[in-house]
Amino acid sequence: MHTQLFEGELIRLGALDAERDAEIESKWTHDPEFARALSSEPVRPLSPNQIKKKYDEMIKNERQYHFAIRARDDDRMIGFIRISGIEWTNGIAWLSFGIGDAADRGKGFAREALRLALAYAFGELNLYRLSAIAPEYNERARHILERAGFALEVRRRQAIARDGKRWDALAYGMLRDEWVNGETR
Amino acid sequence: MTNLLTGNRVRLTAINAEKDAEIMARWFHDSEYSQLFDLVAARVFSTKQVKEFAEKEMEPEKPNTFHFAIRALADDRLVGTTDLSIISWTNGDGWVGVGIGERALWGKGYGTDALRALLRFAFTELNLHRVSLEVFEYNPRAIRAYEKCGFQIEGRARHALNHNGRRWDELFMGVLREEWVNSNW
Repeated sequence: MHTQLFEGELIRLGALDAERDAEIESKWTHDPEFARALSSEPVRPLSPNQIKKKYDEMIKNERQYHFAIRARDDDRMIGFIRISGIEWTNGIAWLSFGIGDAADRGKGFAREALRLALAYAFGELNLYRLSAIAPEYNERARHILERAGFALEVRRRQAIARDGKRWDALAYGMLRDEWVNGETR
Repeated sequence: MTNLLTGNRVRLTAINAEKDAEIMARWFHDSEYSQLFDLVAARVFSTKQVKEFAEKEMEPEKPNTFHFAIRALADDRLVGTTDLSIISWTNGDGWVGVGIGERALWGKGYGTDALRALLRFAFTELNLHRVSLEVFEYNPRAIRAYEKCGFQIEGRARHALNHNGRRWDELFMGVLREEWVNSNW
């Protein structure tokens, strides 16, 4: 049995620490590339204080589990991963994640966080399936999801407008049966 | 110019919470209606609860949701409700739902007629780029009605629903403005 649900080799999943983390996340919201990769909503810089209020709301929300992704070496927050919109009677939820600083991407942090989050969702929350959305233009996220075993299921045509062009909104899914415990594939 | 909100058999009007709540509360006591309408567990609502909900939803300070009562042209009787929620103004994406509450009127084209009026509202009044919806695999009548209105299946979240002891897919459908203009204009 896995008893360490939150410990990876490169990263660990931790609780939010509003005092330290709000400042870091505020910086991320000022980076259009990060904001656009994550969502189809307009980019909107938020102050540390606004982020703190968002954290307060998140903690109250019983339908979601939010984790800070922390580097093992110095414990700084490098990203987040979140299981949200849990619908218990159907056993379904949404998964989202992001690595805030461009310098921290491509190092396997998200991949490892995803492995831990899948184990938590399927092995601890006992969910039946997870969905994840990615804008068509976020090739990095699509690659990470596909490599983790998610299947592309939905293509909402032209649902996103950026820089005068239209892009599809993609949705991926993974069933508990498709999840291979502990395997990174 | 024809009335935007009037179809061939129904018209879309404001929900009159005072008068309509009792009828709507009765619909929710038909569990099959609830299960076709929403993926959350069916539950019953009192007239008072429905009235409060309807009053809140009809408030003008909720600019991102448009709730309508569907009334038969013949006798002005309340037959169902329909709603449009803006997912994103910047991307021009709206999400719709339609429900015919009176079981005796299922399969007679009321929902299709109401949705055609709602699409006209979405594309010519709100100027949306696309309209989206979700529908459950166990509701083929609705899928057919949506296809008649021009919606295409854009994907399916496999086994997202646990209904009557087995798993079913959740289907996502969408219609683009240009498709609607070329078919129904």
